Amino acid sequence: MSEETTTGLSHNKLAMWVFLGSECLLFGALISTYLLYRNKFYDGPAPGDIFDIPFTSVSSFVLLMSSLTMVLALSALQKGDIRNNRLWLLTTALLGAVFIGGQVYEFTTFIREGLGYTTSPFSSAFFTLTGFHGVHVSLGIVMLMSLLISSYRGKLTEKNTETVEIIGLYWHFVDVVWIIIFTVIYLVPNPTS
Amino acid sequence: MSTSETTTEGHEDHEDHEHPSDQKYMQIALLLAVITAAEVATYFVHIGAALIPTLMVMMVVKFFIVAAWFMHLRFDSKMFTRFFVAGIVLAISVYFIFLTVFEFWTKG
Repeated sequence: MSEETTTGLSHNKLAMWVFLGSECLLFGALISTYLLYRNKFYDGPAPGDIFDIPFTSVSSFVLLMSSLTMVLALSALQKGDIRNNRLWLLTTALLGAVFIGGQVYEFTTFIREGLGYTTSPFSSAFFTLTGFHGVHVSLGIVMLMSLLISSYRGKLTEKNTETVEIIGLYWHFVDVVWIIIFTVIYLVPNPTS
Repeated sequence: MSTSETTTEGHEDHEDHEHPSDQKYMQIALLLAVITAAEVATYFVHIGAALIPTLMVMMVVKFFIVAAWFMHLRFDSKMFTRFFVAGIVLAISVYFIFLTVFEFWTKG
């Protein structure tokens, strides 16, 4: 049963929206810093030389589709369909893991090609921005797996749809941040050496 | 005032809402996939000076589709939208000034 509040809104959900509003400032800072430093690659690899757009496009598509599976997980629970709720939660976590796997592959490839964290202001800004986003996705995967464990323990039913909805909000936010990163960092023409 | 003494009556912003059907979610995802494909196509097809404005428009459209439909802002209380939009507007304002101070718009 949901509690009554002065606003008539769930405090937990409101808190998540306030948190997501504050996260806009965090990612705004990281994206702005990257934009300032993207031309400062000195003797290291330049962004235009090193980014693999087809590969990152596939990763982006995977993360985008994980937003679909997340809403399907919520929708299934709202209908009391526990089996499909578990299936979609697991699928979302797996798609998130595929995205993280792609990021690990991308980072190791860059390091092998001479782009370390301290190679240039560009590399530091790039790894900090995408690394922070990767940590957010990883935390999202942990939360999804927690939901799945709760479900198997019988603690996740149609009475707790709000919990899934709140974690879903976080997951979709991570997706919209990547929508911006993918366009601004990867697709906008980058300098070459 | 304790929360037990309060009431939801009289509030225009309440949370009772119908979420879209699974079929609608799939249609939205298909639309997002098409826009993403168009974004990626700009990497291979040269469209000249229209590139950056086109990419920005597609990015903003995708952002708002996910926020409105998948995050349910279209159906939820406007209070949630206000908090989220406040964060976005504050971030855009602060970092626009930040980039201006560092001459990003003129020197890149």
